[in-house]
Amino acid sequence: MSKQNKQPLLQRPAVVGVLASLLFIVIGLVLGFVLLVLLNPGESVNGMRAMLTTGFSSMDKLGKVLYQSAPLMMCGLSVGFAFKTGLFNIGASGQYTMGAFFSLLCAIQFQLPWFVCLLAGAVGGAIWGIFPGLFKAYFNVNEVITAIMFNWIGMYLVNLLLANMPMMLASGWGASNSDRTAALSAANPGAILPKGPLAGLFGNSSWINISIIITILFAILVWVILQKTTFGYELKACGLSRDAAQYAGINSKRNIVLSMVISGALSGIGGGIYYLAGTGQYVLEKSILSMGFNGIPVALLASSNPIGTIFSALFISYIQVGGAAMQPAFSSETIDIVIAVIIYLAAFALLMRGVIAKLVSGRKEKGGAAK
Amino acid sequence: MYKRYTLERGVQRLADNYVIEMLHITKEFPGIKANDDITLQLRKGEIHALLGENGAGKSTLMSVLFGLYQPEKGTIRKNGKEVKINNPNDANALGIGMVHQHFKLVECFTVLDNIILGVEDTKHGFLQKEAARKKVMALSEKYGLKVDPDALVSDISVGMQQRVEILKMLYRDNEILIFDEPTAVLTPQEIDELMEIMRGFKAEGKSILFITHKLNEIMAVSDRCTVLRKGKYIGTVDIKDTTKEELSKMMVGRNVQFAVEKKPCEPGKPILEVENLVVPSKVHKNNAVRGVSFNVRAGEIVCIAGIDGNGQSELIYGITGLEKPTGGTIKIEGKDITNATIRERSKAGMSHIPEDRHKHGLVLDYTLADNMVLQRYWQPEFQNHGFIKQDAVMDYAERLIAQYDVRSGQGPATIARSMSGGNQQKAIIAREVDKEPELLVAVQPTRGLDVGAIEYIHKQIVAERDKGRAVLLVSLELDEVMNLSDRILVIYEGELVGEFDPRKTTVEELGLYMAGARKQGEAKA
Repeated sequence: MSKQNKQPLLQRPAVVGVLASLLFIVIGLVLGFVLLVLLNPGESVNGMRAMLTTGFSSMDKLGKVLYQSAPLMMCGLSVGFAFKTGLFNIGASGQYTMGAFFSLLCAIQFQLPWFVCLLAGAVGGAIWGIFPGLFKAYFNVNEVITAIMFNWIGMYLVNLLLANMPMMLASGWGASNSDRTAALSAANPGAILPKGPLAGLFGNSSWINISIIITILFAILVWVILQKTTFGYELKACGLSRDAAQYAGINSKRNIVLSMVISGALSGIGGGIYYLAGTGQYVLEKSILSMGFNGIPVALLASSNPIGTIFSALFISYIQVGGAAMQPAFSSETIDIVIAVIIYLAAFALLMRGVIAKLVSGRKEKGGAAK
Repeated sequence: MYKRYTLERGVQRLADNYVIEMLHITKEFPGIKANDDITLQLRKGEIHALLGENGAGKSTLMSVLFGLYQPEKGTIRKNGKEVKINNPNDANALGIGMVHQHFKLVECFTVLDNIILGVEDTKHGFLQKEAARKKVMALSEKYGLKVDPDALVSDISVGMQQRVEILKMLYRDNEILIFDEPTAVLTPQEIDELMEIMRGFKAEGKSILFITHKLNEIMAVSDRCTVLRKGKYIGTVDIKDTTKEELSKMMVGRNVQFAVEKKPCEPGKPILEVENLVVPSKVHKNNAVRGVSFNVRAGEIVCIAGIDGNGQSELIYGITGLEKPTGGTIKIEGKDITNATIRERSKAGMSHIPEDRHKHGLVLDYTLADNMVLQRYWQPEFQNHGFIKQDAVMDYAERLIAQYDVRSGQGPATIARSMSGGNQQKAIIAREVDKEPELLVAVQPTRGLDVGAIEYIHKQIVAERDKGRAVLLVSLELDEVMNLSDRILVIYEGELVGEFDPRKTTVEELGLYMAGARKQGEAKA
């Protein structure tokens, strides 16, 4: 509805949102720094510098930022998409795990090329998303409860399946460890995501591949679906007012299921994209992968806007990479706390957005009265 | 004619014994000047009505007085002394109390707890309710405000909730009482009781500001009336020197017709046929609609009259598809739609102006433009292979806004939630009527609206009838029923108990049937 944007720049909701996010990121960084000073004053400046500059210190590190941001972005898109329909997809983690499993299954067991594996990841995530959707739509079971249960079911199911598939494990491909899946470089190099046009830019950084391009394309795709299509119109209507959507003849049950399926597929692609990079191997986990949960702050930080998700995922990935560089002066737990403080405050921006909008318009009012 | 209160007449003010004066108040919101140089003076011991259309700025002005908004310009005086009201606590300290249109009660608290909330007596940190209970009961007795102090607010009727709100003001010893559209939610009997209570306050020397757009009520209880139009001050008149017609002219800016002008009805073939319809109740175990049969023909307005809660809502839910009927059939133009989806009914030619415009009628956080296409976004006119044609939507919304005079701050980009109730309703009517339906189902289409908007909506409904469309109207206002309908069906406890020709019946006769005192033999509508 760009035609109607006659509001002053500072009062547009999008601008206020960005301003609020930036302001709180700065406050978060300051608080993070205070924490560092308290914990280890001698190393605090170096630590903060490491956190803030590592990502840009070399093409290799920048490659790592991009590599880590891709799955984060997919999970963020997944959570944000569900939010728009009024659903809280806390099951992104399970969907991510299923996506990873489906992708690796195609890559290692069936020796398929990378794009088929990625597609399989989407299918895996979608299957894991459909259950909370169905339960919510037809039995009115809160999707949060179902999704949390399916996170655990997904994780143990994948562990069980992998443990019984010798071909999938590293030990089946000449390596000695049997607690993780085979390295793709040994099992099926064709399933590793290509570097594409980024190869020239990043040289032989082992991190970089086309995953970041794929995810940005998905972000744009999600934005188009939500903003430009009748399907997105229906989904948002269901999210904002289920009663009004029903009155308008929108099949809200179908939309809830579809929304969860799409949300699951996005997470599933996230899982696929991470493990098809060829650098990581899926380790038989005892706790749920955190990537799906990290998608929640990514989505919150972007207030579920798909384009904003690109930036929030890059931001979180950047401070994670920077945080890793703070070792050994700081323990990894400390770094996690600092990162958490920064992310937490950034998410605060959502709450404070109304206040900031008021401040901005208040200033304008006063300015107007002075005239 | 009415006089403008100007500064020259300020000298006289001293003699007028004003308890509250709001002088030259201006309050702006983005895109709209809600109050533009408005002056309101309230005398001690008078009932002063504040009249204006929806969006005229009445609620804004009262919110300024109650400390919810700060005006850009203007002053407020109490007993001639200038005061600053920064928040409702300040207002309270000045003896100003307000009954809001949408009650501000804690649903899961008892009546007594709600009344004392915020001014509780405590002893060593423990609540002392006995004194409060005595005071509340004494007030309740004195003014005839019957309440059950131990009942939960969620369990009591809307009328009693309002009495709780009034008691809240009295308990705080407020002398200036603001009633924001208090009658909108009441039954006719409750309205009469409220009027009595207000007269009682006046006799006590309390001053009342009475916001409404129901002219009959103003004529019945008020001493003076201040009229606002589109945020501007129009004038203040003595009720004994004025007429309903003059007031409505001041409010709307033109002459308003109270009687609906319409040609004799020429009914055609039946459009809607309902046979033995049974609809279950959401609240109770038994059926809300128990075997109702009737039809609506092309070119006639059939009105379902009845006291609220006698199954009319469920009947409409059944017909429009919001609720699944458990028995009977519904046909549109001979086509059975009993089990059709809402979308299929819409395609079959049904339009629905819903009872609850906030719950069903609008996606409140969508823009006006998006709401305008809520029933047709899927049509080829507005989408191409699943992509919404934004320009077509905008153009369509702009046409409807112009054609149906829907006013809003930012045109099609306005968020529906920020619009006034009347304009929200106009938007819904524009959307539903413009669909060119065979059958228009309108449920309380004028609830909470001012005379200007009511007149407009009535004209639209009659125009639809004259175009040969079938109109099924549900209304709780007997005036509306008598004025608008070509045929009246009375519903009582989920059954149709009588069919009437509005030209051959009286309000009193309808009332007897609505109350269940009478029933037409084998009432076959």
